[in-house]
Amino acid sequence: MRLSELPKGAPAVVDRVHDAHAADPIAQRLRDLGFVDGEPVRVVAVGPMGGDPVLIQIGFTRFALRKAEASRVSVRSEAAA
Amino acid sequence: MSASTLRIALVGNPNCGKTALFNLLTGGRQKVANYAGVTVERKEGRFTAPSGRVLQILDLPGTYSLDANSPDEMITRDVCAGNYPGEAVPDLIVCVADATNLRLHLRFVLEVKRLGRPVVLALNMMDTARQRGIVIDVPELQRRLGLPVVETVAVKRGGAQALIERVDGEVPAAAPVQPDDAASRADLHAQVRELLAATLTMPRATAAIDDTLDRWALHPVFGLAILAVVMFLVFQAVYSIGKPMTDAIADGFDWMGGHAATLMPAGPLQSLVTDGLFGGLGTVLGFLPEILVLFLFIIVLEESGYLPRAAFLLDRLMLSVGLTGRSFIPLLSSFACAIPGIMGTRSITDPRDRLTTILIAPLMTCSARLPVYALLIGAFIPIRYVFGVFNLQGVVLFTLYLAGILGAMLVGWVMKHIRRDKSEHALMMELPSYRVPKLRDVAIGLYERGMIFLKRLTGVILGLTVLMWFLSTFPGAPEGATRPAIEYSFAGYIGRGLQYIFAPIGFNWQISLALIPAFAARETAVAALATVYLVGGEAAGGLGHALAGQISLASALSLLVWFAYAPQCMSTLAIIKRETDSWRNVAISFGYMFVMAYTASFIVYQVARALA
Repeated sequence: MRLSELPKGAPAVVDRVHDAHAADPIAQRLRDLGFVDGEPVRVVAVGPMGGDPVLIQIGFTRFALRKAEASRVSVRSEAAA
Repeated sequence: MSASTLRIALVGNPNCGKTALFNLLTGGRQKVANYAGVTVERKEGRFTAPSGRVLQILDLPGTYSLDANSPDEMITRDVCAGNYPGEAVPDLIVCVADATNLRLHLRFVLEVKRLGRPVVLALNMMDTARQRGIVIDVPELQRRLGLPVVETVAVKRGGAQALIERVDGEVPAAAPVQPDDAASRADLHAQVRELLAATLTMPRATAAIDDTLDRWALHPVFGLAILAVVMFLVFQAVYSIGKPMTDAIADGFDWMGGHAATLMPAGPLQSLVTDGLFGGLGTVLGFLPEILVLFLFIIVLEESGYLPRAAFLLDRLMLSVGLTGRSFIPLLSSFACAIPGIMGTRSITDPRDRLTTILIAPLMTCSARLPVYALLIGAFIPIRYVFGVFNLQGVVLFTLYLAGILGAMLVGWVMKHIRRDKSEHALMMELPSYRVPKLRDVAIGLYERGMIFLKRLTGVILGLTVLMWFLSTFPGAPEGATRPAIEYSFAGYIGRGLQYIFAPIGFNWQISLALIPAFAARETAVAALATVYLVGGEAAGGLGHALAGQISLASALSLLVWFAYAPQCMSTLAIIKRETDSWRNVAISFGYMFVMAYTASFIVYQVARALA
């Protein structure tokens, strides 16, 4: 499942970040921000218009990501991890 | 006394308190706020350590990674690597990390360590960390990192004592340089996890109060309602708190001007003092309280951490007009002044997004427009209460701000379609912890803004006002003149010449003339009008009163709309040239705003006249 599809409040764990194209700077920055294998994530809030952007809790930080950014991150549910 | 100067660079993730620490160390007054990307250029300061050694401190823009994505991050990367033009490699890097956010910030510390330069880690915001029950085993962290680690509280006097003692001592040995590749970068995260497991006890990942506040502030319905109420209250407050003070100042200057006149013989000098200085400058100075009230709210909002929440709520709207959520904060600073706003666009990654933001930033209503708005609204809009609570004057002011924002959205939308932009716009914005604004920071911020206004007043505005007085006084009326003397002056001729252009949008010759000095600084329009009317002997009872008698409501509305969109001021155009390095962008910027202002004023004037 992609992070962009994760329901609000459901606990999950990052699988990996996918490059949308070769040398994708957005994907690289997401990895630098801590979106790496095994990191717990959660959708804290969603934007008022079309549920975009989404607010993600990762580590001790909250990042607002647009759906296009969140869809680069694949996640698995915590139970399966 | 030690002869050598130690050169120290402050680096770290955005919003970890580098600039607050810089201000504490150097006694500086650089702008601090509670969101990522406040500092977008390198700032230098110095102080003398207890040992007598001079420490030169470099404050750098925050970055999540040395793999820079935007112009501000590139500055930090280049200074650290010794590639910044005219800047030698720093002798010591002080890496600042937010003690409440170590999962994110320690990764950057490890990245900096790999540069192979002497590094000291400053764990900042230790006071907040303790309040939240966060326990950090500092000796163990220091041992595992192989770097000296000190605790700091940048917002408290003496909060950098441990850091000063450490950097004043021996420069620590550098770690070996390590290569930077995909595998070693993934490895940094593993190292951070190990470090945290061994040294950190964290009761909960976020502050409980943040979770509670965000449940409301980011709620799809309540969140937007809160945002609307907050914005609206700001404009109401500008009027209900600022206006009485403005009136008091205006009365004071009238009184002083009257007294000054009795002390001087009648003649040009008396006219310069009463009409130019007390009348012209005094009228502008009167608007200081309104500006300060506006800034009080802006500063409190900036310090609280609410602004990135507003950006979150409005992001989708920004995207639909071809902007990124990152544009929000530069655009918001443009409400103070477009110049810092345009500089703030350096934190925008995509060059095209950055250009769009630069071009529309001047449409945000800057504080220099406030005196003009306040003057005209005070003179033409009656004090009436809408729905019993909203002052009509405040409502009109709010509408003018809204007109600027809607105009900017329109321009953004048009630009998006001209360039057929299908590319992706990144957001990736960190939402900081909420913070209660510190009284001292608010006071310093207000003082700085007040001083900027007073410096403009005693500099460019004073100069232009004296010039306007000269133009409206000389040459005097010839023998046997039938019309008022001012119509024979330089000002009269220039103003009437300009009227050919501006008559269709309802401006008389006095207003047309005042647009020239307004191009240098918008507030000068108020001083210029005051001077011209006073010299012409038509300003009894204050400028607002004179205007109400001289021009129609249609002309006043047209002038308000003109100021909402007109290409001003010179300094803004100069900063566009500097930041984009292109005269073409300056021409585009000036051209589109002139057309937009003229068209909008024309429509407003003609419609208002037809309805009247």
